[in-house]
Amino acid sequence: MKMFKHAGHLFRLAAVFLVGLIAFLTLRTFLVPRSFGRYGHYRADAITEIAALPVNYAGHQVCEGCHGDIQDVKSKGSHQGVACESCHGPLAAHANDPASVTPAKLDTSVLCARCHQENIAKPKSFPQVKAADHSGGAACNTCHQPHTPAMNAGATQ
Amino acid sequence: MTITRRQLLILLPAAAVAWDYILAGTPEASPNYDMADHWWAMLIDTTKCIGCGSCVRGCQFENKVPDGYYRTWVERYHIADWEMEFPQVDSPNGGKSGFPPAKEAGGKNFFVPKLCNHCADSPCTQVCPVGATFVSPDGVVLVDQKYCLGCRYCVQACPYGCRFINPQTNTANKCTLCYHRITKGLTTACCEVCPTGTRQLANLKDPKDPIHEFLRTHSVQVLKPQMATRSKCFYYGLDGAVR
Repeated sequence: MKMFKHAGHLFRLAAVFLVGLIAFLTLRTFLVPRSFGRYGHYRADAITEIAALPVNYAGHQVCEGCHGDIQDVKSKGSHQGVACESCHGPLAAHANDPASVTPAKLDTSVLCARCHQENIAKPKSFPQVKAADHSGGAACNTCHQPHTPAMNAGATQ
Repeated sequence: MTITRRQLLILLPAAAVAWDYILAGTPEASPNYDMADHWWAMLIDTTKCIGCGSCVRGCQFENKVPDGYYRTWVERYHIADWEMEFPQVDSPNGGKSGFPPAKEAGGKNFFVPKLCNHCADSPCTQVCPVGATFVSPDGVVLVDQKYCLGCRYCVQACPYGCRFINPQTNTANKCTLCYHRITKGLTTACCEVCPTGTRQLANLKDPKDPIHEFLRTHSVQVLKPQMATRSKCFYYGLDGAVR
């Protein structure tokens, strides 16, 4: 059996490889997150983490739960498709705790112009005005009630 | 039955490992939300966009996007009658504060809202070297903020310019299609605040979703169809000059 005279070298080398392999597999078990590869080559828990981020815009359905009276008024006018937080801003904090978070009063001269200031790129059917010429500096809600903006609806907050 | 010391020494670590797996469980995104029932998309009716920038402001607030960076933005196109191939595009501050009066009169003018197209074959996820970005099982392209190295490969790969490096975290950032909202039954922040209904979130796996009727009956287009990204942002009324 001269052939295997020096086989000891090979066994020692194999042992080194085996130890290395075991070390690699052990480390890998600890370092690769458990959810990695559940759906694909990524960490599935990342989906859960992103889904758990806080919500800032409550959504108009939540607003309408308490402010049904405003919703009734709004549903009769041309602003019926405009969500509450479009103008009033993100108010999930108010929806969660109505007593301590009060929404800010809005300045109609700034707010209305955001959408209704004339611009050549806007669709022609969209109502547009040159704000400075249109009201002579008067606030929009002098004549228009923002929730039902047609003139005959009467102007109030 | 008695357990010898030797048996106990083998059993205890095995039990510890098993218990760890039991505790880990399968995390749920939202209790009533099943990823298998959703394949998210967005419908954008450019004929309705008034360039008010509500979507940009809404997105920035909802997702805490740093100033000067945009997960969604609005572009204004000006096309002179004789220069179809060379539109002039501006997007001051991403359209966040609206648009100033046009510099040039005449021609064709319109707004185009842009955001991540949530491609089903997204070039950005294919290039990530660490598996930090992916298409979720419900069709949303997301970034794992804990895994991202900030190598910027995906930023270059996106043909729509929808990604950026967040200067606060130094990781890739992009539209999540408000994943934290849509999994709770809400619509995205941009769709919520859009006053004209230009943007509409759609679930392509829901047969009752109005998008199916809309796609059947309207001429709809995606951006850069030649890139074969299987984009899921469907544009209605999109001009051929839009890139």
